[in-house]
Formats: sequence, C-alpha cells, structure tokens
Amino acid sequence: MTEEEKQLSELLDKQKTGPLKAKDRYTIRPQEMPSQDPHTRRENMNEVALGYTEEQARLEAMRCLQCKNAPCVEGCPVRIRIRDFVAAIAEGHFTEALEIIKENSLLPAVCGRVCPQEVQCQEKCTVGLKYKDVSKSVSIGRLERFVADLDPGKAAAPKTAPATGKKVAVIGSGPGGIVVAADTRRAGHEVTVFEAFHKPGGVMVYGIPEFRLPKAIVQQEIDVLRKMGVEIVCNFIVGRTRTVAELMSEDGFDAVYIGVGAGLPKFMHIEGEQLVGVYSANEYLTRANLMKAYEFGKGADTPIAVSRRVAVFGGGNVAMDSARMAVRLGAEKVYLVYRRSEKEMPARVEEVHHAKEEGVEFCVLQNPKRILGNEQGHVVGVECLRYELGEPDDSGRRRPVPIEGSEFTIDVDTVIVAIGNGANPLLEQTTPGLKFNKWGNIEVDENCKTSMEGVYAGGDIVLGAATVILAMGQGRIAAAAINQYLSC
Amino acid sequence: MYKILSKKKLSENVFRIDITAPHIARARKAGQFVIVSVDEDAGERIPLTIAGADSERGTIRLIFQRVGKATAQMADLQEGDALGYAAGPLGRPTHIEQFGTVVCVGGGIGIAPLLPIAEALKEAGNTLISILGARTKELLILEDEFQALSDELIVVTDDGSRGRKALVTEPLKEVCLRSPKPDLAIAIGPTIMMKFCCETTRPLEIPTQVSLNTIMVDGTGMCGGCRVEVGGQTKFVCVDGPEFDGHLVNFDQMMKRMSAYKDLEQRAYENYKKHPCKIGLDKRGNK
Ligand SMILES: Cc1cc2nc3c(=O)[nH]c(=O)nc-3n(C[C@H](O)[C@H](O)[C@H](O)COP(=O)(O)OP(=O)(O)OC[C@H]3O[C@@H](n4cnc5c(N)ncnc54)[C@H](O)[C@@H]3O)c2cc1C
Ligand SMILES: Cc1cc2nc3c(=O)[nH]c(=O)nc-3n(C[C@H](O)[C@H](O)[C@H](O)COP(=O)(O)OP(=O)(O)OC[C@H]3O[C@@H](n4cnc5c(N)ncnc54)[C@H](O)[C@@H]3O)c2cc1C
Ligand code: SF4
Ligand code: SF4
Ligand code: FES
Repeated sequence: MTEEEKQLSELLDKQKTGPLKAKDRYTIRPQEMPSQDPHTRRENMNEVALGYTEEQARLEAMRCLQCKNAPCVEGCPVRIRIRDFVAAIAEGHFTEALEIIKENSLLPAVCGRVCPQEVQCQEKCTVGLKYKDVSKSVSIGRLERFVADLDPGKAAAPKTAPATGKKVAVIGSGPGGIVVAADTRRAGHEVTVFEAFHKPGGVMVYGIPEFRLPKAIVQQEIDVLRKMGVEIVCNFIVGRTRTVAELMSEDGFDAVYIGVGAGLPKFMHIEGEQLVGVYSANEYLTRANLMKAYEFGKGADTPIAVSRRVAVFGGGNVAMDSARMAVRLGAEKVYLVYRRSEKEMPARVEEVHHAKEEGVEFCVLQNPKRILGNEQGHVVGVECLRYELGEPDDSGRRRPVPIEGSEFTIDVDTVIVAIGNGANPLLEQTTPGLKFNKWGNIEVDENCKTSMEGVYAGGDIVLGAATVILAMGQGRIAAAAINQYLSC
Repeated sequence: MYKILSKKKLSENVFRIDITAPHIARARKAGQFVIVSVDEDAGERIPLTIAGADSERGTIRLIFQRVGKATAQMADLQEGDALGYAAGPLGRPTHIEQFGTVVCVGGGIGIAPLLPIAEALKEAGNTLISILGARTKELLILEDEFQALSDELIVVTDDGSRGRKALVTEPLKEVCLRSPKPDLAIAIGPTIMMKFCCETTRPLEIPTQVSLNTIMVDGTGMCGGCRVEVGGQTKFVCVDGPEFDGHLVNFDQMMKRMSAYKDLEQRAYENYKKHPCKIGLDKRGNK
C-alpha cells in the first residue's frame, strides 16, 4: 500500500463517522505532481507533468474546505463551479466532476494544464490564503486535468439541435474558435472553421510545446468538432484566400467569428537582430512544434539551428517554452535574459520551476543592448546591460532602470526573442468597415460583437496576447451572441 | 485537392506543374505566391510564385527549380499525384498601372515569377523590354512566352550558348542609357543578380522593383523568419512584399540570412538523392 492509499483509507474511515473537519483537512499535505526526472526529460519531448493518481486526486480534493462563498470561483474567468467539482472528486465521483466542469469549460484537459492558476482560481483559495502561500492552495488545475484525462475521447460528441439552415464561419482554430464552433454547431447551425495553417489548434499546436501540452489532447478536441459535423478547412487564409466580406456576401455565411490570435512577433529593434541565428519565439517554436524540426532528417524536413549556447529574451510563458525547447534540441547552455526580477516574471510559476530544474540559467535584471555577429553574419554573442528596480510603473510593477556602464557580453550562437506578440495586420488591411483600436486589436462590445453586422471576435486578437481560458471565455460569449443573433 | 493535372520538364532542373486549387486560382493576382508542401504532416513549407492560373478550371501553375530536398521531391511527383497542400495566395499583388516603358529582367528560375507580372504590365498598356538571362542554354526557360509578350527581347547566357554572352546587367545598362530612359525596371532572379541590377539602375535614377525570395515558414506574418531590412526598417517579405523598392533593400544582409540552413539542407538533399527510390520508404523518403 502506498502512503497515499493508506492516508486516503484512513480519511475515508473517519468520514464514516461524519464529515471531515477543517482541522482534518489541514493535516493533508499538498499533493506533489509526479513528473519526469529533469535529467531524463531534457532528452525527450514527452510531457513533463505526469498527472495525479486516483488517491492523490482524492486526497488533494479533500484539502478543500468547501467554503460557503467559494472565493476560488471568483478567480476563474469562466466561473467553473470549483467547490462542487472538487467535492465530487473527493467522493470519487469523477464523471460527475467532469460534467460540472464542462458546464463552463469545453477544454478542461487544456486549461488544467496551462491556466496560470496561481493568479486565477488558486490565488483566491482560502487554504492558500490561510498559509499566505498560494502554492499551498488546493491544486484546482491539477484536479481539473485529472478528471479530464480519465475520459480521453470516450465522451460522445455533444448532441446537435436540428438544422437551422444558417451558416457560421469561424476564422482561426485556436481555443476561442474551437469553442465557438462547438457552441454554434450545437445550436444546429452549419459551421465551417477556416485555418491558415495546415493543422488546426492555434497556439496550442504551433506554440505551446508537446512537453507541456501533448498534441494528442488538442487533436481529440478537433476530432470531437468533426464528429459533431463541423467542417474544418485548413490552408485557408481569410483576408487572402477569401475576405470576410466575400464569406458573407458571396459564400452565404450569416455570421462570422474572428479568432485569429495575436500573430505578430515583436522584436526589440536593437543592433544585430537580422543576424543568422536570431529567431522570434514564434518562428523557433513553430519550426520545433508544428514542423517537428526536432525530427529533422528522421521524418521531418524543416531545419532549425543546431545550437550550443542560446540566449532567450523575455520572462513569460513564451520565453520559458523557447528556453526549454532549446534545452531539448541539444543546447549545452541556455540563458534566459529578463530585465525585471523573477518576482515580476509573467510566466506560470510551474514553468519557471521546471525551466530551472532543466538547467536553464536565469539572468534577471539584465537586458540585451545589441547582438554581436561575425563576418558571415552569424550570432556570436549578446551585449547586455545590468538593471535595477526603480519606482513602480503603470502596471504596478517596479520599473527596471539600466545601470550606466554595466555592459558585459555573453557568448551565444543563437538568440530567441520572446518579448511578446502584437496583432497581425492582415485582417485590418483587408476588412474595411471593421473597427480596430490603435494597437490593431478588434474593438468589440460586451457580447463580443464588432462594428460589422453579424461579425463577432474574441481571444488574443481582441485582448492582446492573453490566455487560453480568456479566449475560451470570449468564445462562449460570442457563440451565445451569434446563436441569439441567428435566432432573430 | 492539390492534384497535379499536368507536369512538364522545362529544362534539366526546372519543372512546371498545374495543380487543382480553386480558391487560390480565383483569388490570386500577379506577384503573389503560395506555400506548398509535398507532405501534409511533416514536409517543409516552401514558397513558390503563382506563375499563372485558370480560375475556370480551378488550377494554378507553379514553375520550380530543383535545388534541394523539397523541390526534388516535388520533381519526383507525377501527373495524378497530389501535393500535401498549397496555401495562398500570399503576399501583396504587384502594383500594376500604365507606367510607360518597363524593362523586365529575369534571371534563372526568376524568369518564372516574372511572367505573370510581365503579362499584367502588358495588359495595362506598357511597352515591354524583356531581358532574360541564364547560366547556359539548357537552363533558359519561357523564352517563347516572353518573345510573344515583349516589344523587345534580349537573351543572354553566361557561356554564350544562347543569345549574347553576358550577364543581364550589361544589356540592362544599355537599355537604361537610352533616351528616353525606361520608366520602371523590374528584376527577379538570384539575390546577387537583383543586387547588381539595382546598382545599375541607381545612378540613372530608374525606379527598380525586386521580388525577394527569403526563407519562409508560415507566409502570413506570424514568424518573422522572412524579415529583411528595407530603407533601414525591418520588413516581412511575406506580408509587406515580396516586392520592394530595390534601391532600399539591404541585399548583403539578406544573402547572409538565406544561407542559414545551408549545411542542414545539403545533408537532407544528399540523403534524398541517395534514396530517391520510394520502395520501402514513405512519401518523405524515410524508412
Ligand atoms: C508559446 C506560447 C505559450 C503560451 N502559454 C500559455 C499558457 O501556458 N497558458 C495560457 O493560458 N496561455 C498561454 N499562451 C497564450 C494562449 O495560447 C493564447 O492566449 C490563446 O491560444 C489565444 O487563443 P485564440 O482563440 O485567440 O487563438 P490562437 O490560439 O491564437 O489561434 C489563432 C489561429 O488563427 C489562425 N489564423 C490567423 N490568421 C488567420 C487568417 N487570416 N485566416 C485563417 N486563420 C488564421 C492561426 O493560424 C491560429 O491557428 C501561450 C502562447 C504562446 C505563443
Ligand atoms: C516569395 C517567393 C517566391 C518563390 N518563387 C519561386 C518559384 O516560383 N520557383 C522556384 O523554383 N523557387 C521559388 N522560390 C524559392 C523556393 O522557395 C526555394 O527554392 C525552395 O524553398 C527550396 O527548397 P528545397 O528544400 O528544395 O531546397 P533547400 O534545401 O531549402 O535549399 C537548397 C539550396 O537552395 C538555396 N535556397 C534555399 N531557399 C532559397 C530561396 N528562397 N531562394 C533561392 N535559393 C534558396 C539554399 O541556400 C540551398 O543551398 C521562391 C521563394 C520565395 C520567398
Ligand atoms: S479553468 Fe483555469 S482558472 Fe478556471 S478553474 Fe480551471 S484552472 Fe482554474
Ligand atoms: S476557495 Fe479553496 S478551499 Fe474554498 S472552496 Fe475554493 S478550492 Fe475549496
Ligand atoms: S514567413 Fe513567417 S513572417 Fe513571413
């Protein structure tokens, strides 16, 4: 009997005499996530976090105090009934738990893995607050993932209402697009998803790496859409292959959802950015994930730099993914250069932790000044400046200020710029009548309706680079509005 | 979809294929390109100019040169086979208007992308002087098409096996020195050729357009891999181009960037050449 099995059976025995008390619940240790050994996983692309066992999941769920006001729900952008699904897991009613989650989230296997829980649901959790340590909160995301993984593909495709004869076009197959497609198809509309790439899934397939979000999980969601009768057309670039106006006036689509994401890499505009060996994170990750460059010569045809020493600029999820990908592609040394301190890093805490375990070297309070190249135009190093933290800026974070004369050089042969993404201008250029703000994001009202009749938008193209769950949440709102619009 | 309806060998290493792609055939304009891959799953995505289209038949025409693994795999496909996919049309269409006299310079495989542009320019009422160049006679393509289209055609080869023995910049300079001088020059070909064409026209202040062929991944402005410096600013060839004012392009830097994967590409091509036979191998040439 494992330790967890023993503890669980003791608690279950205790429960027979009456509900567990807060005191009992506090005695349960937060359950660690089993994960691949850091040394082994440096060599493979497999998922790092392996998922809870049944006993672990139930123990973790028993840590939940079942608060009356359930503050955790406030922290979840789509208001999943967290308290109730966690209670169901504690009881061993896993199917019921999943059903509760699915009332509000269509992609629990994804969100359980990639949500920044420590600043959402888990930030508000009473248990974490009591310990003044968010890492001691109930691991809501891991529990969500646990029940979602129990039923891979088993779930039958949701039923669809009788055909309405109305047609919906969904542009972009990221999380927002997937949700809109499912929800409008369920209402009986004929739905077509248009995707620019040759594989659907958006950032979940081209950006977030296999070792964090297995592609098979995204594929399952796509398969469900197909089973529901959603048509998915790849290699179709709206704005080029067909414009939004043509889809509506010539192809007979009654409503359109635009979920094209934030597909424009930001560069730093410093000297040396055009050198060979300088990548945007988008390019690096697309080559590696979507095009499977890690199998170059062994089944995949897209090359990627063979790097020994890599510098990644940035401190978000994208930077962590790039750094950890570089480790897996065989780099001996990977530096993560970030101009603020670790506390300010926007990446998920778990990713920061995993990156460090895998040997990524964090260079905080440093910022690149220029990239150095050799005669052939290849990267040979980065000149950095040291920074210190000054007064708080508009975002409330302390502003990093450069220390004069603190220049130093690190030797690298590859640089990955991961400082964020802006809005891709293609639709703005090709969709007259659609209102954008000055950053190129589409303007929408509270129902995700744009300035064009019948056209809705959501996700990163509206919010700026945001999160999977926010894109999903907007997809829900937009789909409801589209269904309402088409029923009139 | 993407089925090869016809295939023709234009020279030792240059092939022309017509494939079904009705959406692209309908939307494309001169100067635009597609991204294709022979394999839907893990093939390399490569950009190729749309050399022509038949919107009624729903087909587009591609002309490509066998230079590496991806183009060699394409060259090995037969009529009836299909490409993994084609996405497009990508890039901004060429700006076509009545300029007056336009001199079109095509080098090597660059002659292929030049053809639809020359056709559109002719249709808009321009006087067309075409200069076609190749290393040797066998590599010269589309001469008949340009002969039919142009008001004047000058052919050059490096070895003199066809036309004049010269580089394209020689007749270009002569044409530019005529009076009145041409109103516009368009040069498409190897980067080095485009660079020297621009050096030829710069002192004479003849506006010169070039079509850049950088390395690409997505072709939609998402990755930045195709970036070049134009007039001191970073531009993405796939969305801001592929055509640019040649006098502003930093060609030296572009040539360096294009060599980024030379060794890896060469290895892949050598492997493919050693095992081109498909028996026991999948479509990608792997065991
Ligand atoms: C490397 C990386 C790591 C991330 N990690 C996390 C994380 O851990 N947690 C988290 O919550 N979020 C993370 N994010 C952010 C998250 O992935 C996005 O916020 C989310 O995917 C946005 O969803 P979306 O619906 O807007 O569409 P996207 O996922 O952005 O997908 C848009 C799709 O539209 C397609 N498209 C674009 N233009 C067109 C067009 N003209 N015609 C047709 N199709 C088009 C694109 O090819 C793409 O497939 C990460 C992002 C990146 C890049
Ligand atoms: C907008 C655009 C339009 C294009 N139109 C055409 C076209 O109509 N017909 C055509 O034949 N080619 C065209 N190209 C070039 C074509 O994309 C490349 O030849 C192709 O990607 C080579 O792939 P490969 O795997 O066969 O060779 P690789 O293995 O990728 O390369 C083999 C060799 O060719 C060189 N090379 C790689 N990429 C290019 C490139 N983009 N241009 C020149 N040399 C390169 C490499 O340095 C290497 O030595 C175009 C490129 C762009 C960007
Ligand atoms: S969807 Fe995300 S924020 Fe909401 S409960 Fe799940 S992990 Fe927390
Ligand atoms: S706040 Fe924490 S303890 Fe309270 S119900 Fe939510 S998960 Fe349970
Ligand atoms: S090819 Fe990716 S941005 Fe141009």
